[in-house]
Amino acid sequence: MAKRPFDIQAQPGFGFMALLTFFALYLPIAALVAYSFNAADSLSRWDGVSLRWFISAWHNSAVQDASVRSLVLAVSAAALSTIAATMAALATTRTRPYPGLTFKYAFINQPLMVPEIVTGVALLIVFSRIKVWTGYSGLGYLIAAHTAFCIPFAYLPIRARLESMDLTLERAAADLYATPWKAFRFVTLPLLRPAIIAGFMLAFVISLDDVVITEFVKSGGQDTLPTYMLGQLRRETSPEINAIATVFLALSVVLVTAFYFVNRRKP
Amino acid sequence: MANAEETARAADARDIRDRWLLSAPALVIILLAATGPLFVMLAYSFMLKGDYGDVQFGTFSLDGWTSVLFQRDMFDDTLGLADAHLTIFWRSISLSFYTTVLTLLFGFPTAYFIATRPPKTREVWVFLVTIPFWTNLLIRTFAMQQVIRNEGLVNTALMALGVIKQPLQIMNTDTAILLGMIYIYLPLMVLPIYASMEKLDFRLVEAGYDLYAGRWQVLRRIIFPLIKPGVIAGSILVFIPSLGAYVIPRVLGGGKNMMLGNLIELQFGAGRNWPLGAAISITLMVLVMIALLFYVRNASGSEGAHG
Repeated sequence: MAKRPFDIQAQPGFGFMALLTFFALYLPIAALVAYSFNAADSLSRWDGVSLRWFISAWHNSAVQDASVRSLVLAVSAAALSTIAATMAALATTRTRPYPGLTFKYAFINQPLMVPEIVTGVALLIVFSRIKVWTGYSGLGYLIAAHTAFCIPFAYLPIRARLESMDLTLERAAADLYATPWKAFRFVTLPLLRPAIIAGFMLAFVISLDDVVITEFVKSGGQDTLPTYMLGQLRRETSPEINAIATVFLALSVVLVTAFYFVNRRKP
Repeated sequence: MANAEETARAADARDIRDRWLLSAPALVIILLAATGPLFVMLAYSFMLKGDYGDVQFGTFSLDGWTSVLFQRDMFDDTLGLADAHLTIFWRSISLSFYTTVLTLLFGFPTAYFIATRPPKTREVWVFLVTIPFWTNLLIRTFAMQQVIRNEGLVNTALMALGVIKQPLQIMNTDTAILLGMIYIYLPLMVLPIYASMEKLDFRLVEAGYDLYAGRWQVLRRIIFPLIKPGVIAGSILVFIPSLGAYVIPRVLGGGKNMMLGNLIELQFGAGRNWPLGAAISITLMVLVMIALLFYVRNASGSEGAHG
């Protein structure tokens, strides 16, 4: 009895490996953030703490431009993909298997199966030709491309939520003479709202983070924040890139935290 | 009776039609901006290359496909193996393999550690893995660069400690790419393993100890077989994006240490050989499909064993 009880869950060295992993996961991020407060002109020196690179990034018109474009793109793609995904989820759940159902699942998830670089160059091939034909080279191509690869992400939580709902409440609404539209508007949609918000946020983050497909689809002068950063990384970088990355990082953390709480809230 | 049956069948048909209409927007967008272009690319891989990029539309040629692995000798016009391409294929496959093995080596104990925490703190640990997972890939690649570059964290620390006099050249090597891929794809290994570990019934482990199994035997004979689906899912989730990596080798590997993704980009940029680029893209896609098929076969197999 004096001996410490035998812990059946313990495995020697696992705790150490795990803590090492967590340390390794956060060390590079910490270094990146620390250097964004560097007062020196380059990353090779440390001259004390300063906000000068945040201020310089804020006043950099290329950064402003890219940030606005990134946000417009992410909001449009997330909105469109969430609408399309909600409709598709309604069409593919709560039904007996029907011809084409498996095909729909596979097709909706197709963008997840192909490496981004492959989708990127395939879109480059098609869109560059359309750009020549039509003379239009606006943001539409990027919105279309982003909407397509965001659909599977928006679809995921919405479908999961629908599958846990049965049709009882909708049937009750129909018994009370609600039209199908009214039943959807006042019964299904409110129940589905947390999942739709979750889907929208997922799509938003996925669109905001994309660099590969954007790099191949964008026309000249259409940098988003990630492709702007990728372009800057080619040359000798100044701590300004760190400052941009730090702000971007903070935004991601806020979004993930918000997503976490939206998803955790019991409906 | 027949009438009622007919009405029911008509209602069914209408329901199916409505369901197609409802899913049409999603299907059309994906067709136009994802799946369709892949087929166009397949067609392009069989055309002659244009002089300034693009293709000579409507021509037919196998040049794109043969130059994936072979190159024509400049002087006597014979076909030889394209060593540069083979090197890149080999680098992509081997680096992806090492990444998978090493993320498993660190990811498995980490998932185990999280799964054996008390439920309350467990959520915090999972959250700590999720944050890097949702952080922009480019930013994390850049973060890795801060650690391994010549004036970076590792070299500064080692030089301050007097271990080395000259900074270690890690940037622009295969090692840099490998470190970057391990760092970036690690959460993709931890999360699925944790998901199967969470459901692990520790009474089975207890039973193992009661029957005089040692720690290693319990791990190998009880825990590992039970969480194998998670390990396979994690390995696939790491291996597939590693194979198609583009940003990581571009930023950390420099210009010389290309992977398949960079070779593809080269053909659509300076290389001006779109049919070859298309053919390599399709080859990469086929490699990914093979990995996925392997997963599907194994996943269904192990589920059957449990059921």
